[in-house]
Amino acid sequence: MMITFMNSSDSEEEACNERTSLISVESPPAASYQDGLQAPEAAETQTYRKRRTGGSCSPSDADGGNSDSGIPVRDIAVDNKEEELTLKYGAKHVIMLFVPVTLCMIVVVATIKSVRFYTEKNGQLIYTPFSEDTPSVGQRLLNSVLNTIIMISVIIVMTVFLVVLYKYRCYKFIHGWLILSSLMLLFLFTYIYLGEVLKTYNVAMDYLTLFFVIWNFGAVGMICIHWKGPLHLQQAYLIMISALMALVFIKYLPEWSAWVILGAISIYDLIAVLCPRGPLRMLVETAQERNEPIFPALIYSSAMVWTVGMAKQDAASRSLTQQTWDSAEDVREIHDNSAYVESEISEARSPAPTHPATSLLEDLEEEERGVKLGLGDFIFYSVLVGKAAATASGDWNTTLACFVAILIGLCLTLLLLAVFKKALPALPISITFGLVFYFSTDNLVRPFMDTLASHQLYI
Amino acid sequence: MTLAVFFGCTFIAFGPALGLCLFTVVRDPLRIIILIAGAFFWLVSLLLSSLVWFIAVKASDPGDEPLQKGLLIFGVLFSVLLQEAFRFLYYKLLRKAIEGLVALSEDGCSPISIQQMAYVAGLGFGLMSGAFSMINLLADALGPGTVGIHGDSQLYFLTSAFMTMVMIFLHTFWGILFFHGCETQRWWEMVAVIFTHLIVSGSTFWNPLYVGSLVPSYLLMFATAAWAYVLSGGCTRNLLRSLQGQQSETSPQPGS
Repeated sequence: MMITFMNSSDSEEEACNERTSLISVESPPAASYQDGLQAPEAAETQTYRKRRTGGSCSPSDADGGNSDSGIPVRDIAVDNKEEELTLKYGAKHVIMLFVPVTLCMIVVVATIKSVRFYTEKNGQLIYTPFSEDTPSVGQRLLNSVLNTIIMISVIIVMTVFLVVLYKYRCYKFIHGWLILSSLMLLFLFTYIYLGEVLKTYNVAMDYLTLFFVIWNFGAVGMICIHWKGPLHLQQAYLIMISALMALVFIKYLPEWSAWVILGAISIYDLIAVLCPRGPLRMLVETAQERNEPIFPALIYSSAMVWTVGMAKQDAASRSLTQQTWDSAEDVREIHDNSAYVESEISEARSPAPTHPATSLLEDLEEEERGVKLGLGDFIFYSVLVGKAAATASGDWNTTLACFVAILIGLCLTLLLLAVFKKALPALPISITFGLVFYFSTDNLVRPFMDTLASHQLYI
Repeated sequence: MTLAVFFGCTFIAFGPALGLCLFTVVRDPLRIIILIAGAFFWLVSLLLSSLVWFIAVKASDPGDEPLQKGLLIFGVLFSVLLQEAFRFLYYKLLRKAIEGLVALSEDGCSPISIQQMAYVAGLGFGLMSGAFSMINLLADALGPGTVGIHGDSQLYFLTSAFMTMVMIFLHTFWGILFFHGCETQRWWEMVAVIFTHLIVSGSTFWNPLYVGSLVPSYLLMFATAAWAYVLSGGCTRNLLRSLQGQQSETSPQPGS
């Protein structure tokens, strides 16, 4: 459900109008591209060249249609120039997404390899009630498939609920829910994480310092994510909360269920984003009809942020992202009365599907051309790599292989984005590559490389 | 095994390559993508060759030592050949990519040349190959243990690090040579790359007689380095000038 989306360029006036990202811009303010805009005439000559060479002319037609039809030739010219610039800038945007995805994975893998808490089995989420401690392989497989079905159904229900709420404009409800969810993430999970890291390195910290640190971290995080803040700080916070969520998933999802869930989530993402009746697609279209941005709080944005100046409109959109988090909160409250083995599990039971909200990324009209990636994508990429690091029998090659596979999948997804210029699911290709490489590296490459290393042979 | 061993071996193995990356690759997003795609192609070739070796081993008698050794040799040779095949495939892909970039560029020329792509692709292959050879060793170097306590060589980590470094360099130069051979239809260059790769991998069968593996590999590395330098348009005069810290009067000819 994670969608990456590439904007066409926007001018500042467009930003204030919150047109959808499908508009094309012919205005000089789009000179934010440092490489400079060419004269329209030169661009027009390239139009013909592109028409002859490229196969991606259709998006430009769509773009041309949206903008004012007064000067169609110039629109198309600018569009084609934008197409060139898109591809030329495509490499830069790919890297702008590689870096945060890599950072998130590094945080997760470093934590998994050093803090033993996140690899210990301490119960399961309520969303995966079937245990995998059964003796037979068939039973275990069945349990993991059932767990996956339950998890995916919960996600579907939440997403549909969210879409319904959004359609009927229950913004306050969504808003409050999302704030509660990010509060939980920024304060509670950070507290647990910090506690475990301190335990691992045997560092003592008094409660006063702890309170000070966590309070500052959480408060600044809330402000950065939901309101205004420096871009890099906002990005850092989004990466951190994605890593925290991924760690929770790695800890509380049983082994086989995790892999089956990863596969099922990418299929769901594909369906939800691309099918005409898919909930995410309906959400995106509704947001476009209303000319509202959606969920800047749960989308990682790589470009210079205009959202910083757009607190008013963002409130509505942020309210949407927070809703799913809060629904998880509600579930926790209901189940809070049951006995828990450890107090930590109680917090862990709530977060579950953040993806419905995160899946709702895209549409970043107000941004300058930039790519956005949903936090759910970050989370599931990190879950895959983290699981590879945790369970691949101490082998770093598997982790590295999954990492490269995910990056290549992301690159291909962005390439498709540059070609199709519409919201695309970011999970399927990367997760497929990641899964294929995990299982093949763990089972095929590892024995080969181990044998080579024992004889000190090099290939 | 201490932190000193860990850091020492890491920097021996990856220091030059990371330096190359930092100074030449990291600035340009397109090169980073080509680097990672190169790593991916190497990974796929390793995957397929491991699959073949795995099937062969599973189909054979595990107790038969000479057979297993023979299968290992076969696995190594097959892997080398497959790596070069994937290098060729990557060359084809990059050729198509250059055509696309030229078509989409504003002034009709690609932002990156095939020679630069060759260098970055070779570096990508080398980095991934080195990483897969070395990372597990480095992780073990952090833990407790004594190297060679059962009678094996005590220089295991050090020689592995040096071997990894030479492999990374070799892959880089092989990339340049191979792509140049493909570009100019000089098949002997491609054959030479395959041949030297086989020699280097074969020489590692002399391990732990490190003289038999490290010395030929380094000699071959210097030879291929000189060849790649010449093919990329360098000349000895410029080299001497740069070593003496002077600016060269004429810029090197672009690679043919």
